[in-house]
Formats: sequence, C-alpha cells, structure tokens
Amino acid sequence: MELLEAFVLTVITAATPLLLAATGELVTERAGVLNLGVEGMMLAGAVCAFAAAVTTGSPTLGILAAMVAGVTMAAIFAFFALFLVTNQVATGLALTLFGLGVSGMLGASFVGEPGVKLAAIHLPGLSELPLVGRILFGQDPLVYVSFIILLGVSFLLKRSHIGLVVRAVGDNHHSAHALGYNVLMIRVAAVLFGGLCAGLGGAYLSLVYTPQWTEGMTAGRGWIAVALVVFSSWIPGRLLVGAYLFGAVTLLQFHLQAVGVPIPSQFLSALPYAATVIVLVVISRNRRLLRTHTPAMLGSTFVPDK
Amino acid sequence: MRLELVKRSAEARFLVFASPFIAIAITVLVGAIFFAAIGVDPGRGVYVFFIEPISAWWSIEQLLAKATPLILIGAGLSLCFLSNNWNIGAEGQFIAGALAGSILPVVFYQFEGPLVLPLMLVMGFAGGAFYGLVPAALKTRFGASEILTSLMLVYIAQLFLDWMVRGPWRDPASFGFPKTRTFNDAAVVPTVGPFDIHAGLLIALVASIILFVFLKRTLKGFEVRISGTAPRAATFAGVSNRNMVLFVFAVSGGLAGLAGIIEVAGVAKKLQPVISPGYGFAAIIVAFLGRLNPLGVVFAALLLALTYLGGEAAQLELNVTDKVTRVIQGVVLFAILACDTFILHRVRLVRRGK
Repeated sequence: MELLEAFVLTVITAATPLLLAATGELVTERAGVLNLGVEGMMLAGAVCAFAAAVTTGSPTLGILAAMVAGVTMAAIFAFFALFLVTNQVATGLALTLFGLGVSGMLGASFVGEPGVKLAAIHLPGLSELPLVGRILFGQDPLVYVSFIILLGVSFLLKRSHIGLVVRAVGDNHHSAHALGYNVLMIRVAAVLFGGLCAGLGGAYLSLVYTPQWTEGMTAGRGWIAVALVVFSSWIPGRLLVGAYLFGAVTLLQFHLQAVGVPIPSQFLSALPYAATVIVLVVISRNRRLLRTHTPAMLGSTFVPDK
Repeated sequence: MRLELVKRSAEARFLVFASPFIAIAITVLVGAIFFAAIGVDPGRGVYVFFIEPISAWWSIEQLLAKATPLILIGAGLSLCFLSNNWNIGAEGQFIAGALAGSILPVVFYQFEGPLVLPLMLVMGFAGGAFYGLVPAALKTRFGASEILTSLMLVYIAQLFLDWMVRGPWRDPASFGFPKTRTFNDAAVVPTVGPFDIHAGLLIALVASIILFVFLKRTLKGFEVRISGTAPRAATFAGVSNRNMVLFVFAVSGGLAGLAGIIEVAGVAKKLQPVISPGYGFAAIIVAFLGRLNPLGVVFAALLLALTYLGGEAAQLELNVTDKVTRVIQGVVLFAILACDTFILHRVRLVRRGK
C-alpha cells in the first residue's frame, strides 16, 4: 500500500508539468494556432522560475517570473506567426531554438546551485488521513492549479460564449471575421494563455520535480505536451488521462531500475518518447475521429480581405 | 492609426533575392542589441562573433568543416519543406547514419582497403534513409503527424547512440571512457587538393548541385515542388502523395545520414555519446535561409557554420557562454521568416475610423 501511495505521488509530480503545458497548447490550438514552441516556452519558464526563486528565496515569485517568461515567449511567437503571418511550424521551431539558447544563457550561472522547493500544502487532520490524505490534501499548490485550469478551460470551451468564439475562430476564421469578431486578437489571447501555462509547467520542473537548473531540463516534455493535445483529440478531459498516463510511463523507468530489471537505462529513458510515437500512431489510425475534432483552421494563417 | 498587412497581387521579385540578406542584416543588428543587453560592447561583440572567425585561413577551414554537414542536411530538408513535409528529425537521421556507417570501422575493423570508405558512406546514407522512412511510413500508413514522430525519434536515436558507445561498442582499451575504437586510416574521410579541402565538402557540394538540377530540370523534381504549392493539382496530375512523402523522407534522411558518417569519419574518427552540436536542427534554418534552394543552402550553411565558430569565439574572448549560438540561430530563423512575409504582403497604414 505504501508503495502504491509512493507511486501515485510521484506520478502526480511527473504528470503535472505535462498537464499544465498541454492545457495551454490545447486552448491555442482550439483557436486555430499551432504553436510548436512549447518546449522553448517551458524552458524559459523553468529558468526564470529557478532564478527568481533562488535570488529572492520565494518560490511564489519564481512562479510569477515563470508566467511572465512564458507569456513573453508566446508574445514573440504571436508577433511573428499572427501579425506577420509567418509559417507557424517554422516559427514554433524558431521559438524552441531561441528558448534553448536564452535559457542556457540565463541559467549558466545557476547550474549546480541548490534550488528552492515549492512546499506542499499541509492541512492538519486532512493531510494525515491514511492512504488518500497526502494524495488529495498534501500536494503543492501548482498541482491544484493544474486541475483548476483544466476544469476552467473545459467549462469555458464547452459552455461559455467566450469558448464558443474561440472555437469559431479555430474552425472557420472567415466566418468569425464576417460576424465581427477580431480573429487576430482572440488568437493572440489564446497564444498568450498557452505561454502562461507552458511557463507554469516549466516552473513546476525547476521548483518541484527537480528543484535545480540543468540545461535543456525539459527533455522533450514540451513536445510530448503537443502530442498529448493530439492524443486528447482536443478535448480537455482526455488531457488528464493522457498526462497521467505519460507521467506513469516516465516513472516506470525509475521503478523498473529500482526493482533491478536488467534493461539498459537508456532504453528505459527512451520509453516516454517511444510511447509518444506509439500513442500518436494509435490515435491517428482513427482518421474519422481526428477529422471531426481537429480545429479546421489549425496552422493556417489569416489575413483579412479588405 | 495602425499598421496592417495586405496581400500583394504578385510576389515582390526584388525581395525574393534580397530577403536572405535583409534577414542576415537584421540578425547582426539584433546580435549587437543582444550583446549590449548582456553588457558586452556591441561593436566588439559583433566583430568577435561574425567577423573574426573568418579572418584567418585556419578558421575558414573550420568554417567549411562545420558547413559540410549543414549543406548535406539542409539540401535534403529543402526537398521535404518544398513538398510540405515537416521532417524535423534530421538530427536523429544524422545519428542513425553515423551508427550504420560505423559498423565497418568499429565491428569489422580488420577489414581494410580502398573499399571501406565508400561502403561506409553507402551504409551511412542507407541508415539515415531508413530512419527517415520510419516517420514517413507512420504518416502514410497511419496518418501520424511526422512533425512529432520525427522529433521523438531524435531523442530515441541519441539514447541509442549513448548506449552503444557505453555498452556493446565501447573500446575495450578506452579505460572506461564512453567511446568506440578510433577508426583506422582506411575509414577516415581524407583531405584532397592543394588546399587540404575536406573530401566531405566536395561530396556535399556535388549533392547540392545534383539536387538543384533534379528540382529544376526533372519531372520528379517538378512533382516535389507542385505537391507543396498545389497539392490538389498534384493529386489530379497523378502524383501519389504517399510515394512523395516516402521519397522526400528517404532522400533527406539519407543525406542527413551521409552527413553523420562523414562527420564522425572526418572529424572525431570515432563515435562518442554526443556527435553533433545540433546540426540537424540548425539545418532547418539553413534550408529556410537558403530559400529551399539546394544552391542557396550552400551559402546559408556558411552563415550557420559561422554562428558555431562565433559562439566559440565569444566564449573565449568575451566570456559569454557559447549558448549565444542557439540564440543567434533562433534569431536568424525568425528574421528570414519575417522577411519572407513581405514577399507576398505589404504593410498598409490604416487611419482610425476607416
């Protein structure tokens, strides 16, 4: 039982950064924009969170810094891909390369420094409940934030006017434009929200998952988050399943190693990447499912005709 | 008042040629601002990063050595991007080619003679092509996004290489260092001619000329271009989209693999856990900066090679980390993409109330 509790607890820490980043990307994509720069935005968030937390001693300020960093990176993407209608795939790649470089430079002096860990919440009584106490009531605040954001996004997309507008812009920008909606500004907002969430995901990595800064510490999680959005077929609820599934796969390597399974560590480390490929293949086989759920304007540029 | 983009009725001919140069100028300018922001004298920063590395003959040799893999990969990627296939896993295909090509000098090292090197190059190409065909087949067979699968395969290739040089292929005489045995002389890419030009560079130049002629002068090359610009027309004309995906991935993967084996057999002469400073990703920028033209790629590769040397120089002389290379590379890609926008669009000033 204790082993199970430990496993669930570690799965939560592995899944949360994926869930945060993927939720943001889902909103971006529902508005019709494909931002492949999630990896770069997460890195910027991770390094800024770490730097701010270490210099001020406050993880809260670290989280704020990560949000600012993520939004700033997303703004760069929005400027090029939305205002200058550059190719979204290539612009996302540029953002990832840029994020790798900038985070490496900013973080150079922080490599090896001890970090500041975001403390878990402790509710007297509740957190000490057997079995479920720590899992339900003893997490760090960002875990709860990830759930709140997911619930909020799910609710707003499905049931609110603003969600309807975002979906309209993503499914047919010409109609949305004709109806008088400002396609550009709605997309900018969606991209910035994606950056905010990716920044939070990055902060989780450098403040909770491994409270330190190492170069390129996201290790492809930004890309996995993008894949998770496909896996979810753009439905928020399914992101939860995907993120926790991948969290479990990521942890499998540590647990298999601990048990002493005679598999080279590199093969175990490759598991999440291999799983991503397999999941994409399985989900893409059902072409009808993807065709009905993919935002119709995903990745296409919009210049209003005058 | 605000600025607005308007589509041009025809593409701006002047910008088609000028935009790479404008992009480079913007990059240098942003570089200067960037150096100023991190407390380096911008003039000196720009000089050390962009000019000094090409002011001596030995560093030109360095530049050409770094440009070689970029030309090979970038030329292949041009084909992919022209036909609207997003192979961003060239880094993995580079590693796959290096591994496949190293089978002879690492496992069958007793085998020597003039045949060794050509065989290695062929195997390198085949290894890269095979690894490139994986995301292509997953796309044609299952409809899986090649962007994500090709990228995931990069991580898998890196980990596999790491395992090989620490495990099965580790040199027994390396005192535990993770590296393979050093290739014997028959397995090393030589330098040729009066200026000691690396033979790999010649291969890269020949490959880019062949691809240029292929794109401009053959039916298949025309089909590559048409599947990107007018996919529906291509389908009606009988171009099989499936075969096109497989073809461009095989060619670009193969060239990346060739770059991989040329790199390890020409520079390090052995396999190590890390064999590329991100050539596969930098080559994406090379392809765009070269206007997806295999000859343009040659010049673009020189600039991207310069960013690697500039980073090293900045680390030595300005005490700036060499991560600045990645930053500048990102800026180059942003700049060229932005400049390309103005080939098809112009900016209009809109007064309030209109």
